[in-house]
Amino acid sequence: MYDTSDIRKGLKVLMDGNPYTVVEFQFVKPGKGTAFTRTKFKNLLTGAVVDRNIRSGEKLEPANVEEKTMQYLYAEGDDSVFMDKESYEQVNISSEVIGKDKDLLLDNIDCTVLFFNDRPVGVNLPTFILVEITGADPAVKGDTATNVTKPATIETGAEVQVPLFINVGDKIKVDTRSREYVERVKV
Amino acid sequence: MGERQRLGPARAELLDQRARVLRAIRGFFEERDFLEVETPLLVPSPGLEVHLRAVTAGNGQYLITSPEYQMKRLLAGGLQQIFTVCKCFRAGEQGAQHNVEFTMLEWYRAGAGLEQVLIDTEDLVAACADAVGSAVDVSRPWDRLTVGEAMKRWADIDLRGDEDVDELRARVTAAGVDVGTATEWDDLFFCAFVEHVEPALAAHPRPLFLNEWPIRLAALARANPENPAVADRFEAYLGGVELAARDRRGLERYPVDGKFLAALDEGLPPSSGIALGVDRLVMALVAAESIQDVLAFSSDEI
Repeated sequence: MYDTSDIRKGLKVLMDGNPYTVVEFQFVKPGKGTAFTRTKFKNLLTGAVVDRNIRSGEKLEPANVEEKTMQYLYAEGDDSVFMDKESYEQVNISSEVIGKDKDLLLDNIDCTVLFFNDRPVGVNLPTFILVEITGADPAVKGDTATNVTKPATIETGAEVQVPLFINVGDKIKVDTRSREYVERVKV
Repeated sequence: MGERQRLGPARAELLDQRARVLRAIRGFFEERDFLEVETPLLVPSPGLEVHLRAVTAGNGQYLITSPEYQMKRLLAGGLQQIFTVCKCFRAGEQGAQHNVEFTMLEWYRAGAGLEQVLIDTEDLVAACADAVGSAVDVSRPWDRLTVGEAMKRWADIDLRGDEDVDELRARVTAAGVDVGTATEWDDLFFCAFVEHVEPALAAHPRPLFLNEWPIRLAALARANPENPAVADRFEAYLGGVELAARDRRGLERYPVDGKFLAALDEGLPPSSGIALGVDRLVMALVAAESIQDVLAFSSDEI
């Protein structure tokens, strides 16, 4: 068990059965009163942030969570197969756990996989991926409006808004957080 | 990192402001015929506040958590108006408003009442604000609020101050406060205070005295003659910083330090005094984010 003196950024604790990580904390002590640690926790499953004042003397239960760098290999039915870069052990992770980022999973990219009680519960993609355009309408001649974009399909299956000059076969950089086009990459 | 890089012009400016505050404090008390005294930092009995932990200094000695005992012995010895600016030490207290080693100002007036030290506090803080050209509004009179009013206003809890622990728990939890495993009266009270009142005090734009603390909290303080559910105790808040505390104690219940007890037997004249955190005063006046900013050496630079 942890006590308030163990609280630091990134500490992983279990509250109401859910794993949380400490995002911020501050020591608070009214004059002649009890000491507290004002703590901001982020739920590692939902991302929700909660504030709690932990009284000195309260115990916090450690959460059995672990982050591993794993390489995405291929899709297998509804699952995605990842490989532990150290042990070469392979793990199937369901679409449900991967969530909306599934159509951004590029073969062989390194992701951060979060395990809770030895089960994968979350996958974080690298911030940027370099992907090839597999589907896009050709640019329309004479369209001179600025900031005009068109939808394009990238090799992982996701649809991304790109500038008009982008064509099938081009390589582009995509921000996985916003799913936005960043730039064209010369091959 | 080199010392030049560590200090830098912004830090040097803060140290200059700190020095101005210290000079203003000494000037203030000199003008009012107070005697500056130096009390020991190394003592056999560091005080018995439940929520304070002393730093041990070996050989059964401790570093003081406050100069109160020695100051009161000087009052018993016949000194009339005294002040001290000294280091105090409270183990485990480290944060944006706490440093284990900090600077305390304590002053006492023999024969004076509560009002006089509150006026002293207002005037002293105004003088210090002048000395650093502070933009913080510290004009007199400061706002006053009872703890009961503050709990009602910000935590929506009706508090008398003498309810039993079950009644308090019911009220605090009914107001939606997470009390964790707290079972003691003071812990339950401070769960609500820290969650609702303290953040509201931090947002309060004016300096404020919080008075009439629950009698159940202040075992050593004297009950208010008109309302025995509360104790005569004041705390001063400025810019979200708890600045000063002042108790009027029921002295017969005071424990332990033998020489202190003997001094009380000899007779402590009616007196009033208050303790004020100097680092926090500087911090509030210059609107520093952290107490560490106004120290020549922050805790991680030592």
